[in-house]
Amino acid sequence: MATARQHHRRGRTGFRCCSACPVHDMAEMSPMNRKLTQSLAESISKQVEHFNRTEVEFLIREFHVLMGEQTTLGRTVSGLDRGRFRSFLHNNFGMTDDMIMDGVFRTFDKDNDGFVNMREWIDGLSVFLRGTLDEKIEYCFQVYDLNSDNYISREEMFHMLKDSLIRQPTDDDPDEGIKDLVEITLKRMDHDHDGRLSFSDFEKAVRDENLLLEAFGTCLPDSMSTEAFEKLVFQEQLEQ
Amino acid sequence: MGISLSRGAKWTTAGSGTAKLELTPMNESLMNEILRFVEQFSSQHPEEAEHVFDEPLQWTTALVASDFESESDYDISDSDIQSQEKDREGHPLLQLSPPVVNVRSFRQLSKLVNLAEAKRLGEVQACLEGNRDPLVKILGQDFADLLKRDDADTDVSHMQDQGKDQDQIKSSEVKVKLFQLLQIMDQRLINKLLEGISEKVKLDPTAVKNEVELLKKLCSEGEERFLKSIRYTSDFEFPNGCRAPLWRQAHGDMCYLVIEPYETENLYITCSSDGDFLNGGIQQMEDDSSYERKSEVFVDLVALLKSRFPNFSMNINKQDSAVQECPSTERSQHGDAVEQGRPHRSYEQQEGFVDMKARQQHTPVGADDGKKYKPCLRWKTLGLACACGDVEIKKCLRNSGETIGEKQNKQLGLGAKTNAVFSLHGPVSSQKMKTTAGALPVDHFSESSSESEDEEEQAERHPESSTDLPAEYWQIQKLVKYLKGGDQTATVLTLCAMMDFNLMQETCQLAIRDLGGLEVLINLLNTDEVKCKIGSLKILRKISHNVQIRRTIVDMGGLQSIIKILDSPVMDLKALAAETIANVARFHRGRRTVRQYAGIKKLVKLLDCVPNFANLNTNEEKDVDVARCGALALWSCSKSIKNKEAIRNAGAIPLLGHLLKSPHENMLIPVVGTLQECASEESYRIAIQKEGMIKDLVKNLTSNNDELQMHCASAIFKCAEDKQTRDLVRKYKGLQSLVLLLGKAENKQLLAAATGAIWKCSISKENVAKFQEYKALETLIGLLTDQPEDVLVNVVGALGEFAQIPANKTTVRKCGGIKPLVHLLTRTNQALLVNVTKAVGACATDKDNMVIIDQLDGVRLLWSLLKNPSADVQSSAAWALCPCIENAKDAGEMVRSLVGGLELIVNLLKSTNNEVLASICAAIAKIAKDKENLAVLTDHGVVPLLSKLTNTRDVKLRHHLADAIGHCCMWGSNRVSFGVAGAVAPLVCYLKSQDSAVHQSTAMALYQLSKDPNNCITMHEKRVVKPLIHIMGSNEETIQEAAAACVRNIRLLSLANRKAQLFQ
Repeated sequence: MATARQHHRRGRTGFRCCSACPVHDMAEMSPMNRKLTQSLAESISKQVEHFNRTEVEFLIREFHVLMGEQTTLGRTVSGLDRGRFRSFLHNNFGMTDDMIMDGVFRTFDKDNDGFVNMREWIDGLSVFLRGTLDEKIEYCFQVYDLNSDNYISREEMFHMLKDSLIRQPTDDDPDEGIKDLVEITLKRMDHDHDGRLSFSDFEKAVRDENLLLEAFGTCLPDSMSTEAFEKLVFQEQLEQ
Repeated sequence: MGISLSRGAKWTTAGSGTAKLELTPMNESLMNEILRFVEQFSSQHPEEAEHVFDEPLQWTTALVASDFESESDYDISDSDIQSQEKDREGHPLLQLSPPVVNVRSFRQLSKLVNLAEAKRLGEVQACLEGNRDPLVKILGQDFADLLKRDDADTDVSHMQDQGKDQDQIKSSEVKVKLFQLLQIMDQRLINKLLEGISEKVKLDPTAVKNEVELLKKLCSEGEERFLKSIRYTSDFEFPNGCRAPLWRQAHGDMCYLVIEPYETENLYITCSSDGDFLNGGIQQMEDDSSYERKSEVFVDLVALLKSRFPNFSMNINKQDSAVQECPSTERSQHGDAVEQGRPHRSYEQQEGFVDMKARQQHTPVGADDGKKYKPCLRWKTLGLACACGDVEIKKCLRNSGETIGEKQNKQLGLGAKTNAVFSLHGPVSSQKMKTTAGALPVDHFSESSSESEDEEEQAERHPESSTDLPAEYWQIQKLVKYLKGGDQTATVLTLCAMMDFNLMQETCQLAIRDLGGLEVLINLLNTDEVKCKIGSLKILRKISHNVQIRRTIVDMGGLQSIIKILDSPVMDLKALAAETIANVARFHRGRRTVRQYAGIKKLVKLLDCVPNFANLNTNEEKDVDVARCGALALWSCSKSIKNKEAIRNAGAIPLLGHLLKSPHENMLIPVVGTLQECASEESYRIAIQKEGMIKDLVKNLTSNNDELQMHCASAIFKCAEDKQTRDLVRKYKGLQSLVLLLGKAENKQLLAAATGAIWKCSISKENVAKFQEYKALETLIGLLTDQPEDVLVNVVGALGEFAQIPANKTTVRKCGGIKPLVHLLTRTNQALLVNVTKAVGACATDKDNMVIIDQLDGVRLLWSLLKNPSADVQSSAAWALCPCIENAKDAGEMVRSLVGGLELIVNLLKSTNNEVLASICAAIAKIAKDKENLAVLTDHGVVPLLSKLTNTRDVKLRHHLADAIGHCCMWGSNRVSFGVAGAVAPLVCYLKSQDSAVHQSTAMALYQLSKDPNNCITMHEKRVVKPLIHIMGSNEETIQEAAAACVRNIRLLSLANRKAQLFQ
């Protein structure tokens, strides 16, 4: 019942879970299940940096809510698939860039199995919502390292930035601006002058200038949406 | 006068016709000296002043008939004037038929300069220019010849003997005296000139040669050659090493140089024995006018070049060290030499010591030969603009083929570049960039800076044709394009790239503005993108060190957007916005905008941070940093009076008080800076005391940071007007810290603030006693010489307070303080004079001190200060004279020796300032104790003047006026005159006042007046007896006596009257 109300409320406050999510399942969560969740939360919260036990518990529930549809289909899947995760990012944090969202998914999905499972979900959100600068540097680097070769190459940069400038019809080479921007950025960040960004290049550049953390696209939530999301997941449920 | 004039004065040599006196400092001091001599002549040597000149001195005057109207002894007909004073043949001694004036005696000369007032210096100059040999005209050829000879003394007696008959002997006696006076004067002038000259090192041909060789080397070496060539105009060298033509060598010229810099027009330089300066462009043999001086005189070539090219010193250093940098940095030199940000003024600069007002700016011009910068000069003083600047400008125009219309554009901005020029001269020659709090406003503390010292009238700089712009320009253009057409990610990347430029460099700052970048940056502030806003502000906070950028930001309405950001929940944004405001609000309009858009309130809100400063976590640290930036912004804003009020109304004072407890200097400096800026307002002073901030201010006096110490000291300086504050400073042991600060004598601003604080604190006697424990007095006396004026004002002010205690008077003498004090009486700074006179007056209450003051001619100096235009100086000089007259050994004789002094003092009774009147009355009371002097005073009409003042309601004036009247009664029929002038009735009213000092002096005066029967009648009519009887009950014996005696006189009269009636 609780979740039903909750979903209703979400509708009112403008929060949309995945649009297809039917109102059911968790309502039937047995006391047994609840206890299981609690002990699971207990153990995870000891391993996760930025969430306490209750918060983990809520995140688990939220995970189940997001998973809702998948479970009803009867298939046993281990987590959120790419599409579901992307719509989660889009709905809650206003992300639109496909490439970046793919990157975020890839970064969350540590075991690379195409699904974000519960543990990956909580670990990922820990950095995503509350990470320290160090954690975020690592996270962003992974997002931008499209082919996971531990370097951000010129091509990757170009790829990520290709739509970031308005193309003037008068330009001879429409990509000239982007190329130049990539060069400028590379010149600034590539400290070992090998034509690509290693993690240490990236880390040093960001430490010099924090603005470069999300240099190649927004992959972290801004403070407003973080606040809204946390409020929604943690506080509203607390009220019950 | 003869020798000094012909040898000392510098005449312009150019051309024919009448020579002109050049406006050199030396000439000016010479003329001032002559002026003073002439002014005082008739009063000091009345007999000689009557002497009729052999020939009239004739010159073209600026005076007109109306100038003489105030004097009665001139006959005015139309525009012509004749003096009533005539010589034996009946020719008038002064004759003016504009514009020519003829003068034939010193008396008339003195009168004339006195009438000329403001124009007096001009008159002296015109006179000297019109009469190249005044002595011949004054004394006749024979005497003048003698005077010009050095062994003149021996021959004078001969001249005397040669006088034929009695009459001639008489006149020749006067002549001889006059002659001697002139000779003494001449000697004095020469000594003075020598003093000036001996400070300057005379150049000789070898020194010049060496310097030219050095510069030649610079021409040939290095990739970054600065000078293309340097050459002499003549290859012929005279045996003495000079290259100038012989007739010019007579003027001290040694050689002429043509210097060809890379980036500007050729410089034509004259090397003379007095120094180097620009001439009118001597190529080979040209007409005379090209030899004329066109610039200041510099000690050597390097100094001249430095003044012309701000980056020359950099170059010369660079080339000395032979460091070869890669060519790509060549362009950036211009900016490197430029120190952006707030001018870090040194004392000399504030004092106006910097003679270099030529401000220079490089402008790229579309010149035909590639990269070339042309300077345009702006001579602010000396009116040399047309002489030099225009030539340059015209050449620029010709070369670049531009239209006259663009000439305006070349009247270039002064902007930050001036700092570079300054920094070459001032001792604080910081070529480094300044961004930190330490570089923030340090240049005013004695009084809150007026809003007028703004930068608004800075001229504009316009982008010019593009062929020779630095590489940065193009890169910035590209970045601005990306900014305009980029999404958030691209924008942030571009902003980061822009931050990599040297944003403290003017070329970059102006390029950003000129290419439309500033507009985009400001637009970004209005978006919702936090990262873009942060990036934009990071750039704005730097480029806003440039005055032109500040102005443009305000013009574009950017300041409003920045103020809005202060409400943002993001800490970084708030801090950056406040920091930017701190820069932008450094000029008047910026400050006003902050206030008008409620920025003050928001800034004050930023101050509200963590409750205590120990063990902060990251967030709290950020909070504190925001508060720091807020304080910085408020500091800038606090320079307007209205803003001070707004800051107070926003409740900033307790918050500032809280921040004052922070342990961090970078927080304390802006906080204390704001406080001391605001302490010029009474309300703040009270609040500072009430909030218990004195304790923290005192604590920070012991900080290690000079700037912080300075602000604390100057805050105490301003607050210690209040007695409680002074006591608090003592209570918190601040006095010792202040005395310790005196040890940092090399930091003049700190010293000025510390001495100021000591001065104000020493107003409390308890503090003086405490100061004595730390030997403050001895240290202060040591600071009486060789200090800038604002230090002196405070030091002397403190001495004045110290010397109120008898023991200290002796100390001042023993430490040799009297002499420097008396010397300071010759200064012109009015604030200083007020304090010096007070200190001298305090010292003069000691008899032994008075002997020294008398020996040093201090009384004469004090007396001459009565002529000072400032009423404050007049009154404080008069107050100081009182103890001098009282304690001098032969006071009467001393006063009489000051010719014209008594007339002067009587005339001051016409002043409208009560303080002046009171002080003059007090002085008259002292002077009148000497009968002879009283007689002179009476002759000058002291009685009616005093009587006229009796209607005053000012208690202090009443006291001293009654005193003066009492003393002036002692001569001749003065008692009767006072009665006739109606002084008695108002005096009776004084008895009704509450002040016992008034009672005392009034009783004495009434007693004196009552010796005249008519006065008794007036007094009786005014019902004087009752209050007098009341006063008889006073504790003072003298009052009792005076009152009783007065009543007795009245009584006697009435008895006599009755007797007369009875026996009729």
